[in-house]
Amino acid sequence: MSDLVQHLINGIATGTIYALVALGYTMVYGVLKLINFAHGDVMMVGVYFGYATAFQLGRAARTTLWGVLLIFLVAMAACALLGFIIERFAYRPLRDKPRLTALITAIGISFALSYGFQLDFGPLPGAAPRAFPEVIRPTEWLVLGDRDVVVWNWQVISLLIAAALMFILQYLVYRTRFGRAMRAVSFDHRVAGLMGIPTDRVIAITFMLGSALAAGAGLLYAIKDTAVQPLMGLYVGLKAFVAAVVGGIGQVPGAMVGALLLGLIEEFVVGYTASSWREAVAFGVLIVVLLVKPEGLFGRVAAEKV
Amino acid sequence: MPVPRWARGITPVLAAAAVLAVAHWLLAESPFFIYVSSLVGVNVILAVSLNIVNGMTGQFSIGHAGFMAVGAYIAGKLSLEMRDTAVSFLPEAASDQLFFILSLLAGGSAAALCGFLVGLPSLRLRGDYLAIVTLGFGEIIRVIVQNTPALGAALGLSGIPQSASLFSVWFCVFVTVLVARRIASSAHGRSLWAIREDEVAAEAMGVNTTAYKVRAFVISSFFAGVAGGLFAHFVPIINPNSFTFVKSMEVVVMVVAGGLGSTTGAIVAAVALTLLPEGLRSTFTAVGGGNAGLAQKVDQIRMPIYGLLLVALMLARPQGLFGTREVWDVLPRWLPRRRKGTA
Repeated sequence: MSDLVQHLINGIATGTIYALVALGYTMVYGVLKLINFAHGDVMMVGVYFGYATAFQLGRAARTTLWGVLLIFLVAMAACALLGFIIERFAYRPLRDKPRLTALITAIGISFALSYGFQLDFGPLPGAAPRAFPEVIRPTEWLVLGDRDVVVWNWQVISLLIAAALMFILQYLVYRTRFGRAMRAVSFDHRVAGLMGIPTDRVIAITFMLGSALAAGAGLLYAIKDTAVQPLMGLYVGLKAFVAAVVGGIGQVPGAMVGALLLGLIEEFVVGYTASSWREAVAFGVLIVVLLVKPEGLFGRVAAEKV
Repeated sequence: MPVPRWARGITPVLAAAAVLAVAHWLLAESPFFIYVSSLVGVNVILAVSLNIVNGMTGQFSIGHAGFMAVGAYIAGKLSLEMRDTAVSFLPEAASDQLFFILSLLAGGSAAALCGFLVGLPSLRLRGDYLAIVTLGFGEIIRVIVQNTPALGAALGLSGIPQSASLFSVWFCVFVTVLVARRIASSAHGRSLWAIREDEVAAEAMGVNTTAYKVRAFVISSFFAGVAGGLFAHFVPIINPNSFTFVKSMEVVVMVVAGGLGSTTGAIVAAVALTLLPEGLRSTFTAVGGGNAGLAQKVDQIRMPIYGLLLVALMLARPQGLFGTREVWDVLPRWLPRRRKGTA
């Protein structure tokens, strides 16, 4: 029983991190109808920026609240910039080309980033995994029974941050002028342009928002997992994509529910079998969802317009 | 030279077999050349077969290494198990070759079956899903192999009989290219091209899009499986690390660079992209001294360059080197050409 509760807690903790990455996927898919394959790798770059900042700050400064905030801020700003550059120079020129072209570009960027960061000359970090410096001292937030169930403080913190970011995003998309513009662009970017909405700017800002979110999620993930390596983005990105599809891609609440579900499923499979199966679980889930309910839990079946 | 009607189908096969037999006999003494050309051959099979799905049908599969892995492991395991058995009424060499061919076919069929299982759900949906599902499939295969002690787990399978020869590899290349070209110019191929150009319109014209897509996928996976089987029979050891993303991406880059839909383009790109790193590596190793590190750098730097190459290609020349044309369509005017309509 206590096993079950512990897995439940760990699953939710993993799920919240997937959810943050999945939100970026879903937002970009919403406005561009493009699977931004490089999303996970943008996240990875963000983690490396956070890592570098944490080292620059030194041991004393990085554990203070302001230090942690600064780490997040630097990583998120760097990723927003990276997202802007990718959108401006790789995706925008291809916006009116067949979708396959943009997909291939996205795959190309993803591989250039993840394998480029494995090179070990110049400022590039190399392939070796390294431990993320401790910025939040892990303490037990809640202990039940004889250490049967342990909730760590970082699990609570990441849950709170994730929930806060989700509410902000929900507010942004459904309650603000910019959100309305975003939804208009998502509906039909040509007509939105004719109505005076600066589509290029809206898409660019959406990209930057999604990338910044990814950086935040990546840092939470790195703090939890502590192994930082160039290929981390590939896997987390793919899992987040699966989460977005499970929830119905393009739906903000769908991404959250899908990610929590995926986190739980993964945790339970790994918990009751062996951890070497972890990487296969998400794709198994994806294939089952595509077979049973391809539009996802919250998705609507959209007729293909001709 | 007029060829009698009954012999038309078999003539190119016989001609190729003769040429390959001579090449095989001439080059039997240089193991490095045989190794590299077998590697080239396997990559050509992979690129040409992937081109059937990615080029002709316009779907985007990025998990070709997964199917290759299925073929490699099934064929390799079979050969390993049957190593000591022989058909009594055949000479030993012939019996070995018989088992080799059977294991190749088994590997190809297993890969085709996987192609069917993976393709059926994902090909009913839009193309982007196929990309992710195939990628995921490749990963699942890798994880399964890593968790199966019978397949050597993470260590891999070794001791597979080295039955593949220059002749068998390039004969398979030839058959793959022949099948790809025949498909491209058949009624079946026209339906595939129609799906590539406009899926909705193709469906409206009565093309059963799902059935055609799945069929293309199955054929493509079959040849990937055969390529894997061949690979398993000339490398000393196969392990899950030979069949990662990186391998899939290599093949995708070959197909995209050669031109989505061009069989000869895929061949040219596969040959070039296999020989280039091999050549650079052996050059750096031969120069030796302080440059020995550069030989390792070649492998490292290949992937980021492939990634950037994809982006650059999409921005500057999205149709690739040849587009949908074949090599003979872009040859200079004064060379004799194939007449239109005879393809």
